[in-house]
Amino acid sequence: MEVIQIVGLGLVATILIVLLRQSNRSDFALLVSVITGIIIFSMVIDKVKYIVDTLSNLSRSANIEFTYFTTILKIIGIAYIVEFGAQISRDAGEEAIASKIELGGKVIIMVLAMPILLALMDLIIKILP
Amino acid sequence: MDISLIFKIASIGILLGILNIILDKADKKEFAYITTLVGVVIVFGMVILLISRLFDNIRTIFQLY
Repeated sequence: MEVIQIVGLGLVATILIVLLRQSNRSDFALLVSVITGIIIFSMVIDKVKYIVDTLSNLSRSANIEFTYFTTILKIIGIAYIVEFGAQISRDAGEEAIASKIELGGKVIIMVLAMPILLALMDLIIKILP
Repeated sequence: MDISLIFKIASIGILLGILNIILDKADKKEFAYITTLVGVVIVFGMVILLISRLFDNIRTIFQLY
């Protein structure tokens, strides 16, 4: 059971972090939490790959245009990585940097989503007259 | 992925905390600061490898180039 492994790892890491915070070592507490996040993600990375492969097969057989699918995939990846970074800096008490990271992610997602928006506009213009 | 890295980092942190207290009590504040700095650098060297591996993994899975 992977779930029990993940939850147990999280609990152990939480106890270690609380121990470190109590002895006034919040820098190491931060590093432990980063490592825990990375290890948990690498535990589920095979599953994520399986899900992505299945979805891409489905979209290929449903004849959806492939660029849209890769765009959505990219947006999900950016959202995850931005969340990871922002959460870490929020944990360290740097609220300002966290919101800047989130702003950067939002802007990049917007740029990636532009072609889809343009395609939608084209479709609307084609339908209208 | 090995979990022992978490315990390694936490134990280094606790050890450095104890060293810090001892050096503080012995009136060696500058050595206490230097030990803390060296510990942070060593642990960050371990962590940064893993972070780069995580970013590579995400890049290959979500096709971010």
